[in-house]
This record gives sequence, C-alpha cells and structure tokens, in this order.
Amino acid sequence: MRAFAELLDRLSLTASRNAKLTMVRDYLRETPDPDRGWALAALTGDLTFDAAKPAFIRKAVESRMDPQLFRWSYDYVGDLAEAVSLVWPARPGANREPQLSEVIDALRGASRAEVQRLIEGWLDAMREPRERWALLKLMTGAMRVGLTARLAKRAAAEMAHPDLGGVEPAEIEELWHALAPPYGDLFAWLEGRSGKPSSANPARFRPVMLAQAIDEAVDFGKLDPSDYAAEWKWDGIRVQAAHEGGVRRLYTRTGDDISKTFPDVLEALEDEGVLDGELLVIRDGKVAPFADLQQRLNRKTVDAKLMAAHPAAIRAYDVLQVGAEDTRGLSFAERRRRLEAFVAKEGSSRIDLSPIQPFATWDELATLRASPPEGDPQAAEGLMLKRLDSVYEAGRPKGPWFKWKRDPFLVDAVLMYAQRGHGKRSSYYSDYTFGVWTQNDMGQRTLTPVGKAYFGFTDEELLQIDKFVRDNTIERFGPVRSVRAEPHHGLVLEVAFEGLQRSTRHKSGVAMRFPRISRLRWDKPPGEADELEALERMLAQMEGR
Amino acid sequence: MIRPQDLLCPRPEGLYCAPGDFYVDPVRPVDRAVITHGHSDHARAGHYNVLATPQTLDIMRERYGGEFAHTTEAVVYGQTVARNGVEVTLVPAGHVLGSAQAVVRWRGLTMVVSGDYKRRRDPTCPPFEPTPCDVFITEATFGLPVFRHPDDKGEIARLLRSAAQFPERSHIVGAYALGKAQRIIRLLREAGWSDVIYVHGALERLNALYERHGVDLGPLAPATTEKKGDFAGAIIVAPPSAMQDRWSRRFPEPVAAFASGWMQIRARAKQRGVELPLVISDHADWDELTATVDDLRPGELWITHGREEALARWATLNGIEAKALALVGYEDDDD
Repeated sequence: MRAFAELLDRLSLTASRNAKLTMVRDYLRETPDPDRGWALAALTGDLTFDAAKPAFIRKAVESRMDPQLFRWSYDYVGDLAEAVSLVWPARPGANREPQLSEVIDALRGASRAEVQRLIEGWLDAMREPRERWALLKLMTGAMRVGLTARLAKRAAAEMAHPDLGGVEPAEIEELWHALAPPYGDLFAWLEGRSGKPSSANPARFRPVMLAQAIDEAVDFGKLDPSDYAAEWKWDGIRVQAAHEGGVRRLYTRTGDDISKTFPDVLEALEDEGVLDGELLVIRDGKVAPFADLQQRLNRKTVDAKLMAAHPAAIRAYDVLQVGAEDTRGLSFAERRRRLEAFVAKEGSSRIDLSPIQPFATWDELATLRASPPEGDPQAAEGLMLKRLDSVYEAGRPKGPWFKWKRDPFLVDAVLMYAQRGHGKRSSYYSDYTFGVWTQNDMGQRTLTPVGKAYFGFTDEELLQIDKFVRDNTIERFGPVRSVRAEPHHGLVLEVAFEGLQRSTRHKSGVAMRFPRISRLRWDKPPGEADELEALERMLAQMEGR
Repeated sequence: MIRPQDLLCPRPEGLYCAPGDFYVDPVRPVDRAVITHGHSDHARAGHYNVLATPQTLDIMRERYGGEFAHTTEAVVYGQTVARNGVEVTLVPAGHVLGSAQAVVRWRGLTMVVSGDYKRRRDPTCPPFEPTPCDVFITEATFGLPVFRHPDDKGEIARLLRSAAQFPERSHIVGAYALGKAQRIIRLLREAGWSDVIYVHGALERLNALYERHGVDLGPLAPATTEKKGDFAGAIIVAPPSAMQDRWSRRFPEPVAAFASGWMQIRARAKQRGVELPLVISDHADWDELTATVDDLRPGELWITHGREEALARWATLNGIEAKALALVGYEDDDD
C-alpha cells in the first residue's frame, strides 16, 4: 500500500506526461503481483468502489477526537479525505499495514458495515498520512490524479521485457477487454514468463487507426491525388461500434466503454460486425452542434426523454469486421465496398455513411475545403484523406491517413491574467486568460474574459510574454497575476480556435473550443482588439448553418 | 506572590521583562534584547545591546554586518547571566544552529520563552532541552492536528528515489536559507549522497558559517550558469523564492521540490507548483507541541504565534490554563 500511496501522491502533483509514464512504469516493474494489477485497475478506472461514504469517516474521526479541533482542521485543509488522513488519531496496538490486494479483496467482498470497521483498522495501522489519503481515495472511488487509462496502459507496454522486442500500446489496448484485474497473465507475458494472453473476447475493442496532420507545403507535392479518397472530418466523437457473438459494445477511440450511454445507437446495429465512425447527434437528418452531443456524453445512463430530444447516430467511415471476417488486412477501397453494403443492409437512420467526396486535383480539394457545400459539411472540421490501398493499422502510421483541418477561427484578444505553469514551465507565466471588449452596465468599454490558452507560442515567445507579465503585473493572487490591459497599454494575442459554444459558466456567454495563441500582436494597441459582438456574430453564423 | 505578567508581558515591541528591563525577540529596535535565534523575524538589526548564543550573534553579524548592534553579549548554552536581578539562561531549542530557549527566573518564578523549536533530531544543532517551569511560552506555527511531520529520513529517501528515477533531470530543493538548507544538505550526506550539491548564491555565506561551526556539508558548488546538461541528475538547494524565479531556468527540466512543514497540505504544494513536497520542518508539529506541553505540565501555557486557538483549546481540554498572546510580526511562511 505504501508504494501505491507514493505513486498516487506523485502522480497528483506531476504535470509532465513523460514523468507520469516513468512513475507508473517503474511502479509496475518493482511491485509484485497481485498488488500491481490492482493498482493498474484502479488507475485505468476499471475498478471503482463506493464501499464507504465520506460521511462515515467524518463520524469515525469525530468519535475519536475533539470535534472542534477536527472542524478547524477540516476548514484549514478544505478536503475531507485529506483532512482525515492528516489528523487520524490512531488507536495503539494496531495491526501491520495492509497490502493493497488485501484492501481490494475486502472492499469487493465485505458488507458496508464490515468495510467501515476494516477501514478504521487500516487507518490505525498506517503510519503515514499519504497512505491514509490513498486508502480514502480508493475507498470513495475518486482517484483524480490526472492519469488517463491510455497512459496507464502505455506504461504497462513500456515495462515489457526486452526479449519481447517492444510491445506496442495498441497490443495492450486490444487485449484489454479480454483481461480482468489483477492481470496476472498480462504481467507474465510482459515479463517474458509466458505467452501472450488471448484476446478472443466477443465485441472487444480494436485499437484505432489515427491520421497525421497534413503539412500542406511538403506533403501535397509528394502525393498523387488519385491514390486517395477524401471525406469530411465530422465534428463529433470517434467511436467504435461492435456487435459480435451476440454482444454489442460502443467504445470511444481510447477504448472506454460507453455502451450504457448510447443504447439507442447500439440497438440499430443489428448485424454482427465492427464499425468505425463518428458519433453525432442527428436531428431530422441534419447534424446538430457539438454541444448537443455533449448533453449525452459523460452520463452513466440515459432516459428516454433525453434520447428522444438528442438522437445519437453513427456516421460510419470504416469497417473492421463483417460477421466472422476480420477486414483490417484489406485495402481501404475494399473495406469501403463492404462498409457500404453493411450500412445499406442495416437501413437505419441511426447508422449512415460518411460520403466520399470526389476530386481530381489538390487544388480542387482545397476549394472544397474552403467553401463546403450547403448542409452538414459546413459543420465539418475539415477533410480526411485516406490512401485507397492502405490496410487498417493501429496507431498513427505516417502516410496512409491525413487530416486536413479547416482554417481556424481567429480573434484578437487582450491578455488579462497569467498563471504560472507546471513542471518545466513552473518558472514561467504560461497559462493566459484573455478577453475582448464589451460594454458594462455603466455603458463603459471593458474587457470580459473569453478564454484561456497555454500553448501555440514558441519558446522564444514564451520568454517575451513572461517578461511582459512580470513587468506589467497589477495584482497577484497566489500563482496568478493580473496584468495591465488598457486601451493604450497591454498585449494583444491573436487567438485561434475551432469553434464557439454558448456557455452559462462564462460571464461572456461564449466558450471557445481548442483555443491557442497563434500570434503575438505587439504592433496592435489593445483598444483595437476585437469586441464581444464579433464573437457573437461568429456564433450566430455557426448556429445558423 | 508575584504574577507571571509582572515578569514578562506582551508589548507592541515584543515580550518585555520589566524587572530585568529587556525584550525577548523584539520586532522593533530596543535598548536591550535577548535573541533566541537568527531567523530574521526574531533577530532584527538595530538594538543597542543584544544577548544571544555565540552562534546566533555570528549569524546576525553575517546577515546584517558588524554594526548590527552597539554592544553584544555572547552567552553559551547553560550559562546564566543576571539582568537587574533577573536570571537569564539560554537552553538549546533544537530549531537551527545557535537557537535557544530563554529561561527567565525571578523570585522563585520560572518562565521559559521557547522561541521556535522542534523535538526531533537535527544534525546541525543540539536537541531541545525541556526545562521545568511555571509558565511555558510556546510558538504554534504548526498548531493544528493536521500537521504531523513524518520522519525526515523517509522524506530524504523520497528525494533520492526521484533523483534515481529521473537521472536526466535536475532536482531543485527549495529550503529556507538559514537552518533548513544546511539540515537538508547534512541529511543528504547522512543518506549517502556524496556528489557535489549545487547551491544558490544566497546560501553560500550561511553554508560557510555552518562549516565554521563544525557542520560538515561535504562538496558544494555554486549553481551558476553552465551548459544546461551539466546539471542533469544534480541536486540543487535554493531559497524557496528562487524556484519560481527566472534563476531556475538554467536547469534541465527541474523537478521542483520544497522542504517545508507547509508541504503537508496538498493545496499548498499545488499552489506553488511543487512536484515533490518534502515535509521537513524546523518547527514542532502538533504531536511535538502537545507532547512538550504534556511533559512540562506548566502552570500556564502562553502561545505567541501561529494557530494558537487550536493549541489553546487542546491545553484547556487537558487541564492546562492557556492563553494566546497574539504577538505580531512572527510568521514563517517558508519553513
């Protein structure tokens, strides 16, 4: 438990992805079975408990110490699990510290009352607050250490024995749904002690094929347009719908199972096969804004009302399996023929085809991208290019698939606040809140924040902005500084973004998708930056499409 | 029968002893001062006469120059001097080099001004000596039950483990320039780290002072600009403020560590962008504070600064009369 606690603690305070990868990899290497497997399950979110509610732990603490002293402690710390882990008044004579696997076994098996007794005993036995904190996090099922399941699996791939000649994360992704914690067979394989576990598991997740961003200046000169098919890049989420051996599953591109959230879509997939496509809300045959899809995402279950109001559908663009046949080794052109036949057979409004856009030259395609025809293509993020003879290959191979995104929207905004970054950026003000002009209640022209961005600039530009922030600070709030932002003094940032949504959480009423700094406008006086009205016009245009 | 407040009472300048006509750790210039230790919130320049341990006087001289007081009086641990018939003895407090408790005796009444203190071992100074007394005057910097400092060896082991895990990166340990920095370096040496430790310029003179007082810090080198790669795998000790300063940019992907009792609180670590919080403090934690009061069982407990309401409540619940003095000017945000 101690090593697991240390891992959680360090993950929660580390921003760098590579550093997190190293920490998880080393933990998996150094920790014996079955503890490491349970840890991996907890980190990938495949194991959650609601064995005990935080309220019980508060009662337990208050029965052991002066409630006033506890109240002051809790007020000071602000987080119940953390406060309890720090103040826990251990009773003497406690047992040895528990192993992670003991804790998991008990949490899975015991009744709620038993669990509470056990937890008190474990808290007594643990010597360090860090361990108690980890236990309480585990028990309430809220890890929140900023680690994606994908990264945890990549770390497992990296621990592979050199004799295996390198294990791709995709191999683990594909195996994943056939494995169960504590993954003894997975580790035995990764350590070269046994063969690869079988992935034969009906409707399992197949690792997806991803596209490279095209480099217009370099790539088009080398590519022959007749080798490629083009289709729109839809603005939904990439999903994989699988129907196999009587089992139906819907996965995100990272392999998260979202079947329960979209039963309406899976119901439409009557024949056995595995489709790759975009999940969208399609109302009256027309793609709805991304915000509509968000209403359906991040919910564990849905009701009929929500499903009727926000009907979800798959716009299919590839097929990985038809009946019992794995089609991933076939060419794109061949797969496309099978996909068209498959979708036609389903005959459902919940599954349609992403149409192929014919073109003869790259110039012709560029024109299409710049002015998409009426209808859904106007909502597309750009175009996809897929080599007709390419097989379906997991990961992001260079060459077969390209994405060619639409030019982003641009706005000139004024830097208002800057926050210090993390990790190697901890000495730099690298997270920027920017605003545009609007009229306040008094009729005065003021700035209202419209977004936050922390990338898009070069290292050299970061130094320049950092210096500007330090030289123009008005106030400090912990790691945040407000900077001078006046009509004749301040810094104008050209911000690029992919779209706008209405937002009740932002005072300005709009929220940007993927904002980033595209240029520093040292030349532009802040007074000439954009108005909120300009964003509202863009938003109206997007909604009116 | 004299009352404790006749011997020592709080004034805006600090704790004042009327019969002896001196202040303990005054925050403004006074005629006669007894200084418990060299941290700048306790030891200020500009007093006429200063009584302190030789080490503390040395530290003040190093920080403020030779003219920091008109006259000084060096008193070694255990030695008693009289001030208008009031006896003053300096007793180790275990906080930093030279730190002392001021034991004040007059007409059968003993009061102990602890200054800042801790109860655990520190390789750079002698341990706290409990002195039976009628009134114990304590700090309460970490006077909340949430502050339970772990074993410092374990914290140093975490630092060394991280250094081994990320050999391509450097580790910058933020540490208070007086006391904490030298203790960290010493603890690293005891844990077997024999490589050069790089130090920020602000630490150099105090490191040299510790060395002169017999604390062996091993090979040190200034963390000045060299080629970036030279610091890969290095441990660098710097004052806390330097970590967020442009100074830290010369190091390859530095892991920000910070040795402080405040690092017990995750939000504090996050707010400062600390990736590796090391809970190492030169102040007593909650258990040390309550254990000390429990050992001494003084007739009265006075609390100078920190989170005094919680410690006062604990004392009252345990049958010891307690009051908060609400002295201003002492707060140690970086320890």
